Amino acid sequence: MSGSSWQAQVFAALKAARVTVVGYVPDAGHAHLIEAAHADPDMRAIVLTTEEEGIALAAGAWLGGARAVLLMQSSGVGNCINMLSLPLNCRMPFFTLVTMRGEWAEFNPWQVPMGSATPAVLTAAGVHVRRADSADDVAEIVAASAALAFDSAVPVAVLLSQRLIGAKAFVK
Amino acid sequence: MRNDGTLDRRAVVAALLRDPGDLLVVTGLGAPSYDAAAAGERPLNFYLWGAMGGAAMVGLGIALAQPSRRVLVLTGDGEMLMGIGALATIAAAAPPNLAIAVLDNARYGETGSQRSHTGLTTDLAAVAAACGWPATAVARDMDEVAALTPRLRREALFAVFRISANEEARHLPPRDGAYLADRFRRTIGVVHD
Repeated sequence: MSGSSWQAQVFAALKAARVTVVGYVPDAGHAHLIEAAHADPDMRAIVLTTEEEGIALAAGAWLGGARAVLLMQSSGVGNCINMLSLPLNCRMPFFTLVTMRGEWAEFNPWQVPMGSATPAVLTAAGVHVRRADSADDVAEIVAASAALAFDSAVPVAVLLSQRLIGAKAFVK
Repeated sequence: MRNDGTLDRRAVVAALLRDPGDLLVVTGLGAPSYDAAAAGERPLNFYLWGAMGGAAMVGLGIALAQPSRRVLVLTGDGEMLMGIGALATIAAAAPPNLAIAVLDNARYGETGSQRSHTGLTTDLAAVAAACGWPATAVARDMDEVAALTPRLRREALFAVFRISANEEARHLPPRDGAYLADRFRRTIGVVHD
């Protein structure tokens, strides 16, 4: 994988983890993964209207013997909280990649409250939280976190830091 | 608006789940879970006791993972309203093996029979059609239930059943989610890995 982008390495880590269902609420930081998932004939990429749909989608996929990931941004984490009772009660894996907003050169103040609360909220809801800050080890963190989720049947979130993905530019 | 349903919910569900074979059933929390259990407890029924708004999307996940099997989501109007965006998500995903049956009493029955939006202004079948569901239907009598039952086993159909607001005795299925999930997976032959 050396020489490829970190985004391509993360997609390869999802493939290696045998993820075949990708639910997402679009985010610029996930654009590569979303496009790659749609282009992959062995994956189903499902656009969601709200993030908690992705938790129920992942639970159903697991019931049917498939592995899913939810791609969202930190502003969507708050939408998920009650639905997290589903994988927790049913002792199912849940795996999500969260692109962070509101923490690094954020222009839009409306992103700050949920971005700031994201790690604590996920932890309080019973999700194991990991964080990737650099391109050097993000794929390794995603791979290890996917293994934790699917092998130990627990909810795991990997936060992709805003410094890693690059702050959104509002001036064109 | 339409609090005029007269169908008996237990009779409807008994008809929908008669001779289920290997039909994969997801039920929304509250009375639909009790109705399905009353029709016959079975390991291929996955009962939600919470996660309100999630029943349809659990059904989509199963349908994507098991494309050769039929999936039926059985839920109530309040649960479907909470997850109403799923009607758009599922229509866009277009799984051919998933159907939804909504038991619509225009009430939040579990919490004291407060009126829901379907008793005020919302027509769920019209919402589903507008989202792009290829087939929608409304049943008001048992002849219409009989006509829709086989279609729910073969079409991507969203069907609303106008039931009366009468409450039935609670027929409680198992509520240990880990048990329900594990037996479901084992029964369809998902190997732990």
